[in-house]
This record gives sequence, C-alpha cells and structure tokens, in this order.
Amino acid sequence: MNLTLFVWRQKGPEDTGRLERYEAGDISTGMSFLEMLDVVNDKLIKNGEEPIAFDHDCREGICGTCSQVINGVPHGPEGKTTVCQLHMRNFSDGDTIYIEPLKSKAFPVISDLIVDRSALDRIIQAGGYISVHTGGVPDANTILVAKHDADTAMDAAECIGCGACVAACPNGSAMLFLAARVSHLAMLPQGRVEAKRRVRSMISAMSKEGFGNCSNHYECHAVCPKGIKLSFIAKLNREFIKAFGYVAEKDSAARPADVSIAD
Amino acid sequence: MILDGKCPSGPLSEKWDKRRSEMRLINPSNKRRYKIIVVGTGLAGASAAASLGELGYNVEAFCYQDSPRRAHSIAAQGGINAAKNYPNDGDGIYRLFYDTIKGGDFRSREANVYRLAQVSNNIIDQCVAQGVPFARDYAGYLDNRSFGGAQVSRTFYAKGQTGQQLLLGAYSALSRQINAGSVRLHTRTEMLDLVVIEGEARGITVRDMITGEIRSYAADAVCLCSGGYINVFCLSTNGMGSNVTAAYRAYKKGAFLANPCFTQIHPTCIPVSGDHQSKLTLMSESLRNDGRVWVPKKTGDNRSPREIPEEERDYYLERKYPGFGNLAPRDISSRAAKEVCDEGRGVGPGGRGVYLDFAGAIARIGESVIRQRYGNLFDMYERITGENAYRQPMRIYPAPHYAMGGLWVDYNLESNIRGLFVLGEANFSDHGANRLGASALMQGLGDGYFIIPYTIADYLAQRTPGTVTSEHPEFRRSRDERAVEIKRLFSINGRKSVNDFYRELGGVMWDYAGLPRSEESLKKALELIPRIRAEFWENVKIPGSGSELNQELEKAGRVADFLEFGELITLDALHRNESCGSHFRVEYQMPDGEARRDDENFCYVGAWQYMGADKMPELHKEPLDFENIQLSVRSYK
Ligand SMILES: Cc1cc2nc3c(=O)[nH]c(=O)nc-3n(C[C@H](O)[C@H](O)[C@H](O)COP(=O)(O)OP(=O)(O)OC[C@H]3O[C@@H](n4cnc5c(N)ncnc54)[C@H](O)[C@@H]3O)c2cc1C
Ligand code: FES
Repeated sequence: MNLTLFVWRQKGPEDTGRLERYEAGDISTGMSFLEMLDVVNDKLIKNGEEPIAFDHDCREGICGTCSQVINGVPHGPEGKTTVCQLHMRNFSDGDTIYIEPLKSKAFPVISDLIVDRSALDRIIQAGGYISVHTGGVPDANTILVAKHDADTAMDAAECIGCGACVAACPNGSAMLFLAARVSHLAMLPQGRVEAKRRVRSMISAMSKEGFGNCSNHYECHAVCPKGIKLSFIAKLNREFIKAFGYVAEKDSAARPADVSIAD
Repeated sequence: MILDGKCPSGPLSEKWDKRRSEMRLINPSNKRRYKIIVVGTGLAGASAAASLGELGYNVEAFCYQDSPRRAHSIAAQGGINAAKNYPNDGDGIYRLFYDTIKGGDFRSREANVYRLAQVSNNIIDQCVAQGVPFARDYAGYLDNRSFGGAQVSRTFYAKGQTGQQLLLGAYSALSRQINAGSVRLHTRTEMLDLVVIEGEARGITVRDMITGEIRSYAADAVCLCSGGYINVFCLSTNGMGSNVTAAYRAYKKGAFLANPCFTQIHPTCIPVSGDHQSKLTLMSESLRNDGRVWVPKKTGDNRSPREIPEEERDYYLERKYPGFGNLAPRDISSRAAKEVCDEGRGVGPGGRGVYLDFAGAIARIGESVIRQRYGNLFDMYERITGENAYRQPMRIYPAPHYAMGGLWVDYNLESNIRGLFVLGEANFSDHGANRLGASALMQGLGDGYFIIPYTIADYLAQRTPGTVTSEHPEFRRSRDERAVEIKRLFSINGRKSVNDFYRELGGVMWDYAGLPRSEESLKKALELIPRIRAEFWENVKIPGSGSELNQELEKAGRVADFLEFGELITLDALHRNESCGSHFRVEYQMPDGEARRDDENFCYVGAWQYMGADKMPELHKEPLDFENIQLSVRSYK
C-alpha cells in the first residue's frame, strides 16, 4: 500500500520543529510500523537526506524505548500495543498518518521523534525501590506472599516506563507510572517497611520534574501498552494519605559511612 | 600460549569458599578512592554497579539506551534457574551443575559452572528481597516450572516477563546507589574503545550519542557487561542495538575472544515475513510443553494444515527423539527444523517454517487452560502474523539468539588484560557450546551480585588508586583515533546504506556460518565477508555529521565491527573440526546424524588474539580438565 506521512522533524531542543511530508510507497501489511519507517529512512539516506530519528531497541514491546504519537495517540491506534508491535495491517492504502514525539513539559525533544525521558528515572531514583543490600537476605520462601498479592504486584510491575501515559494526560501527569511502582512494592511484605518514605519521596520528585497531577481523565490507561489498571492510582492515593505527616528522610545506609582513616 | 583459568585447587564444592577466603580485601574507608567503570546496565552490569557502589567504590556506569532499565535483559521471557529444590523433585547444586555442563556439551569449565550452581540460590533470595514478583502458589510459596528440557522443576518465573522483573530489581538497586551518589550514570553513551596502559585496563573512550562528543574516562578497573554479539547475524532475537563493539574493541586492544563460533540458534521464533524484516521475535520455548512440532511428510505439500491428515504428518522430534520429544534441547530442535525445511518440507512463506500445533492440547485440557498458560504469547503471535494460533497451528523457525562465546576470562572473571573484567553474556565462561534455557539470567546476576564484588577487590587491593587520568597520552591517542575513524566513515559518501551491508553480512553468516556449517560453506563465508567489508569502506553512505545525534553513524560503527568479527566466528568454526552443542559441522556426525564430539583433540577453549588488521589472529588454548565428571555422549534419544 501507499501512504502519506507527516512527520515531526526537529534538529534539537533549540529548533522549533515542523511537520514534514513523506510518501511511503510499497508498504506491505506484514510490516511493523517501525519497519515501515525503516523503509522510508532507507530512501532518505540514499537521497542524501537525513533519516527520521526515532527511539527503539527490543522491537518486542517490552523495553519501553519506542515512543511516538501516531495520529494524535501515543503508540497509535491498536490498544495495548507499543509502536514497535503495531503492524501495518492496521492501516489502509491511501491513509495519511501523522507521527509526532511524546509531548510533555517534562520530556524535552532531543531530535525528531526522540525525547528525553530521564525524569522518569529520577523519580525511581528518589525512592522507587526496596533498600536491600546485596547478600545477607533470608531464604526466598521465608516470607510468604499471598498469591493474590503477588499477582497484583506483578500486574503493576508490568509497566515498561515508556511515558505514553504522561503524553496522553492533559495535565502531563506521571501518576500512572508512579502508581505502578508504588503499588507493586506496597503489595509485597518486603516493600511495606518503607512504603511511607517511598511514596513521599517519589511524589515530591514527580512535582519537581514538572509533571502535573491526576484529575481523573483516564487517558493514561487508554494508551498504556501494558494496560496498567487505574485502580493503582487509587492505591497510590491511599498510600499517600497513609504517609501523611511522614517526614521524608534520606537513605543514609545506601552508602557505607566514610570511616576516618586517621586512627 | 596455554591459558590458565586459575581455578582454585581442592574439591569442587569447596573451591569458591577457598578462593574467597584467600582473596585480599580493601579497607572500607579506602574503597571510595578506587574508580570502577561498568559498561552495560543489563542484569550483569546493573547488579555489578549496584553492588560495587554499595560497597563504597566510585562507580561510573554506561549504557547506550536512554535508561538502564531498557537493556536487552528486559526481553527475557521464560525464567531463571536455581538449585533450590523447592518442589522436592531431586534437584540440587550438583544436578544443576551437571545439567549445565552436559547441556554445554562438555565445553565449559567445571569450577565456574559449579560456582554458578552454588550462587543460583542466593540470586533468588536477593531478587525476592528486592521485590521481584515471582509467581507463587496458593499457599504463598514460590512456584517453579520445568523449562528447556530439564527433568526437574527449577525455573523461577514472573509471568512471561522474568527478564523484565529481574532487570527492574537490579535497576532499583542501581537507582538507589545513583541516589546515594556512589554510582554516576551515563546513558546514551557508547563505548568505542578500551584504553590499556602498561598491560592494565585503565579506562574507556566513549561517544556521547546526543552531542557527538568523544570523551574518555579513566579508572582503576573496567567491567565490561555489554551483552552478546548474536546480532552479527543481522536478524536475531536480540535488541536492535545489541552489538559486539565494546567486546571487539577490547579484543583489538589485546583481550582474547573465546569460542566465538558457539552461537545459539533458538528453535521457536516467528518466521521471517519479508525483506523488510528488522528483527525476529522469540516465542518462549515453554510452548513446546504443550505444542507438537510437525511438517508434512510430502515435500511441497501446500494444503492448509488442518487438511493434512494425521498419517501424512511428520512429528519429527517425537520420531527422532522419543525420550524428549518436543522438548529436545535447543540446538537439536533447531537443527532438525532447518533440516526438514532444507528438504523442502517447510511451511509458510518461502518454506521457512514448521508447525507448532496446539490442537491436541486444546482437545485434551481445553482452550481456557492453554489461554491461561500462554495467552500473552498467542496474542503476540497474532499481533505479528495476523493469525490465530488457537484455530491453526503456529509457524515457527529457528533464529540466532544467544552468544555462548565472548571475551575470555579466568575464574575471577578477569580477562587476559589485567584489570579488565567481563560479566554476563559478554564473557564466554559458563555455557560451553550450548546454553540451557533459563541459565543466562542466572549467570548475569551471579556474576554481578556475587562474584565480581569479591574478585575485583582482590585485584584492586594490589594497586594504588587513581594513578592515571584521562589526559594520559594513551587516552589522547584513543580519542584522536576514534575521531579519525568517524571522519573516515563520513568521507566515503557512497551509495549504499549501512543496512544494505548489514543484511548482506547477516545473509552470509546465516547461510554459510550458521547451522549447520561445513568446511566448504565456511570457506565460502571467508571469501565473501572480506568482500562485503571492502565494499562497505568504499560505498557506504552516512548522512549528517558526527557532532549531533546520528543513528546511522552509530549503526555504521557497529556494523563495521561485525564485518570484522564475522570473519573471526568463521575462522573459529573452521578450526574446530568436531561437532559439539550449537556448533554442528556436517563432516563430523554420527551415522544417525548426531553431533560427533572430538574430546581427544578439541576439549579446550579456543581463545583468539588480535594480531593486526588483515593478519591471521593467533589461537591460544585453555585445556578443559574434567576432574569430577565423566565425559559422555550427549544423547537425548
Ligand atoms: C528474547 C530473549 C529471551 C530470553 N529469555 C531468557 C530466559 O528466559 N532465561 C534466560 O536465562 N535467558 C534468556 N535470554 C538471555 C538473556 O536475556 C541474556 O543473555 C542476558 O539478559 C544478558 O544480560 P547482560 O547483562 O549480559 O547483557 P544485556 O542485558 O544485553 O545488556 C547489555 C548492556 O550493555 C550496554 N552496551 C552494549 N554495548 C555497549 C557499548 N558499546 N557502549 C555502552 N554500552 C553498551 C547496553 O546498553 C546494555 O545496558 C533471553 C534473550 C533474549 C534475546
Ligand atoms: S522498541 Fe522496545 S518496546 Fe518498542
């Protein structure tokens, strides 16, 4: 089939950026969306033009690297599917397709369709973990976890950190992302110990990074390629309320103390 | 040169304890003076960086993705092995060790594999403590399954996303250290060179993938955790960016590359659908627990599968290997599939596929049970092929998947270059000629959490920290060379894209140096690869410039290395006049078509030394001594 593409081109964060038109000819239905872009790029390269820059790696829907807004929808028209897993059989001959980067204040554009999502990593760094040292932990079966809790934790943990939820949200909120991590760890006995500290520090990191808050639009869930449930946002809010009054402290045990060598 | 793996003496089960008690330690207050570079943030790199940072070292971690969480380990589906014996089905450290050695067709080091089995249990404990949501039973205990031909249930799993969950665990530990300031993270940064000064690894040169800047980092030791090189086949199950560059540049600086020809072809992947194909998708091998593999008995039979009656189907795995049937090990299943397709009995486009049929299982246990077990895989299959595998059999075909070979390391995971440690898939150490399912995750995490923290201390304790900086002339030279190399790539300004060359190379590797291989086919590859390489350097076109984000330039650098490395794989395959594990040379087979190993002449690790451009590399051998295991024919009949 033959398609017309309008693709966001932007040299760097300083550039204003614009949509440019490309013709994609001879596209087969078995191609993935990114393979279609490969074909377009190959032609651009041979014409001496700069190919469209886009992020991708696993092309299996699990690494969360790919990130594009297709016809206004992060990851495109097929539900619960990342761009890399979207196939051209979802389109028809003659279609016009608009391709843009994930748009959010917290995700500055690096080049074309590539954005900087390191803010999500910084939210995790702020406390999205269990503070366990390597070694010296009990046998894995010492602490039992009810199957239902383990399964729920797993459902939350499926988040691939792609950032589609942020781009879909009118408030540019990262609450679904946060909710997934907070709920995953809060469901497990191992994670309960630090639940208060975790939720407080992650939420304050989220605000600092310029993400908005949730006002129940639910667009995040609609575009989430892993179908992360909205009930986790409710869980996040509950955890946040439970942590009320808790003063966040820094994990002083993360790094061994600098023992003085004077003695 | 005869290489020494430096394994501790004494009984197998006491070797690691013995080594640990002999190793030097570093005073806690001194650790922060030592800088350690960790290249890679997959299971091996993230676990190493987190553990070393936590001990107090000064760690610089690098990855080419935009986040450590996106390393290719994330894609592992099936599970991770451990010798816990929770199901009480006869497992234990010795059995896991034995299975791994046998699975590797007796081409790995006993002491390493035993240690891997020993630490396997600690890994599970560690991961659970980090909050990895492994599958559990109704009583709240951890659940296990049998995987990849094992006769015990020793595989721990988190739905079909075990790699993702384990990596997120290691990424959490890493994030905590980044927050604490003990690890500095450099994302979108690609290592392009290893800097060696007076025989010791002292740092790396990298390219900032956003600004194009070439920078160096000096350190007291370097850990390479850069993953496997199976993308030399172009189409594989690995991520698009997986590369050999980090390892290959170390090889060019003197590190030996061991057993490069041990490349694993996975039997159950979705077949190629056309020329546009950019990667191959793995379908978890757990599917073989319920699916039956078959092709039509007649060649060129294009009836739809449901119209082919039972007696006209060849369930070739069940026929050839009645003991293991559809669960025969990977190398055996892959070879058998390729054989029937080469005979013209393959199905689907181009005859490059075999059926994996669930009709029997659906009739026996019902569609809902199958959906429960493999629903996500069936969905993925449908998303990619547009076919419903509940109604018609899946089509599968073997695909390059994993690299058993890699940089040579001793028992301490140190390469022949002092101070260069290699972890995870990037090293050659534990899987011999064939890796068993669910054992790569175990090895990556074992290396990072439980081995490197001990062995690197022993190395560092003998050195004064911080003796060189990145202004040392060797670093400057390394930066200048990289800049010249990049300039040279742009100056070619030819007519073909990087992908054109990459596809050509992949085609040659698959056709002539894949599975199976012969002297004739390998010699053909040795003739073709240099030609593609020569044309690459005359006719490749890379638009844009080096001082900005340039994905074509990144790819060109990786493909340039693959174009040299492919030849090394071929040389290694050609020299190894035997068949073992994944390495099947048609000249060396039993009358019944099984692999014929030659323990008399090839029971060694073949480690290659770079001798200069266009010069024959030199082969060094590390003899493999089996003190505890009787070498036997690896039969799965
Ligand atoms: C589809 C699939 C399924 C699998 N399933 C299983 C399974 O079920 N069980 C199992 O045990 N194993 C499985 N494996 C194998 C296993 O996942 C890998 O062997 C293992 O995860 C490798 O981990 P690693 O840390 O060594 O490397 P990787 O996870 O590949 O990480 C490599 C790291 O190095 C970095 N890097 C690479 N080159 C450079 C460079 N030049 N400069 C800077 N950084 C660089 C990358 O950014 C990345 O961070 C599977 C593999 C695949 C492909
Ligand atoms: S490329 Fe990995 S999720 Fe799309």
